[in-house]
Amino acid sequence: MKFVDEYRSEADVRKVADSIRALVTRPWTLMEICGGQTHTLIKYGLDRMLPELVTLVHGPGCPVCVTPLELIDRAVAIARRPEVTFASFGDMLRVPGSELDLLSVKARGGDVRMLYSPLDAVRLAQKLPERQVVFFAVGFETTAPAIAGALLEAERLDLPNFSVLVSHVLVPPAMEALLSSPACLVKGFLAAGHVCTVMGTHEYLPIAEKYRIPIVVTGFEPLDLMVGIRMTLAALEEGRHGVEIQYSRCVSPEGNLPAQKLLSEVFETCDRPWRGIGVIPKSGYALTPRFRRFDAAKRFDVETVTAEEPAVCIAGSILQGLAKPRDCAAFGRECRPERPLGAPMVSSEGACAAYFSYGRE
Amino acid sequence: MSDDLGEKLQALTCPVPVSDTPNILLGHGGGGRLSQMLVEKMFAASFDNAALSEMHDGAVLPVPAGRLAFSTDSFVVRPYFFPGGDIGSLAVHGTVNDLAMCGARPLALSSALILEEGLPMEDLWRITRSMAEAARNAGVSIVTGDTKVVDRGKGDGIFVNVSGVGLVPDGIEISPRRARPGDVILVSGAIAQHGIAIMALREGLEFGTTVETDSAPLHGMVAGLLEALGLDVHVLRDPTRGGVASVLNEIAKAAGIGVSITETAFPIAEEVRGACEILGLDPLYVANEGKLLAFVARERADQALALLRAHRFGAEAAIVGEVTDEHPGRVVLKSRVGGRRVVDLLTGDQLPRIC
Repeated sequence: MKFVDEYRSEADVRKVADSIRALVTRPWTLMEICGGQTHTLIKYGLDRMLPELVTLVHGPGCPVCVTPLELIDRAVAIARRPEVTFASFGDMLRVPGSELDLLSVKARGGDVRMLYSPLDAVRLAQKLPERQVVFFAVGFETTAPAIAGALLEAERLDLPNFSVLVSHVLVPPAMEALLSSPACLVKGFLAAGHVCTVMGTHEYLPIAEKYRIPIVVTGFEPLDLMVGIRMTLAALEEGRHGVEIQYSRCVSPEGNLPAQKLLSEVFETCDRPWRGIGVIPKSGYALTPRFRRFDAAKRFDVETVTAEEPAVCIAGSILQGLAKPRDCAAFGRECRPERPLGAPMVSSEGACAAYFSYGRE
Repeated sequence: MSDDLGEKLQALTCPVPVSDTPNILLGHGGGGRLSQMLVEKMFAASFDNAALSEMHDGAVLPVPAGRLAFSTDSFVVRPYFFPGGDIGSLAVHGTVNDLAMCGARPLALSSALILEEGLPMEDLWRITRSMAEAARNAGVSIVTGDTKVVDRGKGDGIFVNVSGVGLVPDGIEISPRRARPGDVILVSGAIAQHGIAIMALREGLEFGTTVETDSAPLHGMVAGLLEALGLDVHVLRDPTRGGVASVLNEIAKAAGIGVSITETAFPIAEEVRGACEILGLDPLYVANEGKLLAFVARERADQALALLRAHRFGAEAAIVGEVTDEHPGRVVLKSRVGGRRVVDLLTGDQLPRIC
């Protein structure tokens, strides 16, 4: 398959692995931001091809994992209403809320559907004028433009029966939150390639300066990750910091300007709680006044729903890179993919699920 | 069996006059005149065989001495027509294949239909013809059946159950527990075809070419393999739901052995790989309906491969792995880039990732 196989060549990956081994003289801890990167690392066994001096920790870049419990509970509360058709990306459906997940709501008679595109939800609302169609708008800067596009379309059509439950989060504030913690072990970042495809790299320059840390914008194929890791390690070994782009076939420093314009029309930043981490200032998106009539949380009055996260789950430490899934007492015991305590065990992108599915040998 | 001309004429039109009942009514499952008309004109005429034309409560079959294999499978696929097949042929192939995976030669099938009120009669006719043709091509008869109709909204058009019996020849012993270290694992062709054909249709994905289901009867290929290799064929499985990964896990656990596979060894069509990338799915977990996995004694592996490849449903057969005494109960994959990882069972369905 063109544009994919080139980045999955065993010979090339081995060559980079060898050059990494030749390069590293000291122990380094790197964080890959995005869940998609974690997935590739584990799926292809790349983590086992790195020298022992290099430790990879998994960042908070899995949208399923960082969505707080109370938002799941709000989604469940809306989805249970008889007049609602609740649409979501696939892997949000199994994330446990305090009592139920969305798949269980479906099993109990709720109209819950899996969609690939938010625009499909707009079409659904047109097709079902007697139903309230709600889309669970989850994700980072990557999925947000698609949601924004859907909202513009809903506005153009003046759809009274379409709304979104917004749970969008932003990467740079989360990186700052991690770096400002005294417990932070991370010495270099593999930044999320697709987030930067949309947003460009300008937000990362001040972070790299302030914390004197190398940030390499990295792609998602095995060779992308290995080269991104090598670039980060080379900067560390040479004492450099700053922002570099490995994923240059998609990412430009300015990013996707039309998408950014779309985002600024539809969203404004707000303080947002992250699962296991807490509230991070200016780390989420809320709808701008022009689009607030499409806010499902207001329309269905669920803004007061709150929830406590299970105490035994160390998702927070895992998402901050302070612990590995195997450090958790519940991992593989009380907490398994079929009965997850925390979100990182649910999504295939989640660090715990990745370890459980691919790592047990 | 009726002669060719009669059959061709009959195939042209639905024998239940569409002008009277263009759609299935509740009465078609009620046991009265409508039911009888459906059974006689549609099913008995299509499945045409001595046991069925008795119109008895069940079929009575002469059975030679030996071991009987018995299997059942229900089909609920949506949409019920898809590129390369439909729910009818799929159901016949499914049960024929389940019998073949026991090492059996299929003897007779049943057909139990649950129809939703309102199902277009023409659709039922197409599905019935397709079942009849699939059974005829597989050399097996549908000897008994049942039809029920449920209220509109309580079904998905049509659900099909096909059960079947088959004879296991002497000198054949197929069982997951017979997998042993050193066995070589073969797959009979390109994987993930059926699941992607269905999903591409559901999601409205279009490729340069249409991905068709691989639905096919495998008992002929199995018979050839067993005739030549006999007891050296240890395990046969068709990796339907849950795909290759799930079936290999089941075998590894049942036999207490380790399975080691190589990602790049699995044949897979380019458009199927592309669709898996787009949909965020791992082809190892995607359904097949016309493929088998065979565990054979190491010294017979090349012969087995040649036999599979010589069959029209096995042209792309390949050796994909082996059984080991390391990591018992687990399937370990050598990835495309040379890394290793465990391939585990999925919890439920594969859920596509967000980004």
